Amino acid sequence: MHELALIQGVLDSVAKAAQKNDIERISKIKLVVGQMTAALPHALRFCFEVEKEGNPLLEGAELEIAEEEIVARCMDCGREFHVVELIFRCPDCHSGGVTVIKGRELYIDYIEGE
Amino acid sequence: MRVVLRSKVLQSNEQAAVANRELFGKHGLAVINMMSSPGSGKTTILEQTARTLQGEVKIGVIEGDIQSTLDAERIASSGAEAVQINTEGACHLDASMVAAAVQELPMSELDLIVVENVGNLVCPAEFDLGEDARVIVLSVTEGNDKPLKYPVMFRQATAIVVNKVDLIEHTDFDRAALEQDIKDLNPRAQLFWVSARTGEGIGEWCEWLKRRVAIRRGSAAGV
Repeated sequence: MHELALIQGVLDSVAKAAQKNDIERISKIKLVVGQMTAALPHALRFCFEVEKEGNPLLEGAELEIAEEEIVARCMDCGREFHVVELIFRCPDCHSGGVTVIKGRELYIDYIEGE
Repeated sequence: MRVVLRSKVLQSNEQAAVANRELFGKHGLAVINMMSSPGSGKTTILEQTARTLQGEVKIGVIEGDIQSTLDAERIASSGAEAVQINTEGACHLDASMVAAAVQELPMSELDLIVVENVGNLVCPAEFDLGEDARVIVLSVTEGNDKPLKYPVMFRQATAIVVNKVDLIEHTDFDRAALEQDIKDLNPRAQLFWVSARTGEGIGEWCEWLKRRVAIRRGSAAGV
């Protein structure tokens, strides 16, 4: 359940950003989570609800999560492709030398509040 | 009011990992983050490795466990320097835990540090420790479908060590299927077939470690 550690990291950053911008109550936190990460959106939501309890800054706040699909680029022919069924092989030239260019995201996009 | 942050969730871990990597680079140390399910044989492999490389490669081991010092005691008796981290419930090691633990090791006397992560194929995947290689241990008794079930972990592996090959005939483990899955998921990963119990394949694995140590030492010396 490392999602709890992840959410605590998110809330630390959010609290700092809120203080810096004179926000007293957060209404929304938007996260971007790639499908090639070990972070599960439903577990993140669960941990967020647990951490929210009794925190006045987060009263009524919602967590929105945008998931990013896995996209890779072939290092031999340059083709970019969606990775399906976890096969990291170029559909054109069949090279196995591919690099993941999307799907590893794990960041706070923005916060909203007053 | 909307405030755009675009900040990484694991920013503080990544900063600590960068600091670790700089420190390891300064000492010319090869550092391996070793991950697996519980019971795959990481500690036994490390005991065998320490015995095989005794006199050639000086090894320090950071043992990550939720509780107990059992593994560090086993490693210490095989001749390597060992330090234990108890995560007190956490399912993974992070870079700051490793930063604290390496202070207990005689870094300037070592060639190789192996961080034995908490037995878990999910959570440690997201936490960079500052290592220069990730090694995943998989035992034949767990079945050959692990790479497909834990792709994030296996995709990041520099090497995959399949342990307990002495038991393979008593299991349904499909060696060809595993090789194909690794080829699809992570074709650059080195694959080793070993038995920590009988010593089969340990020599080849140790040669690979020695090459990594030589490369790191060479780059620290500016060669």
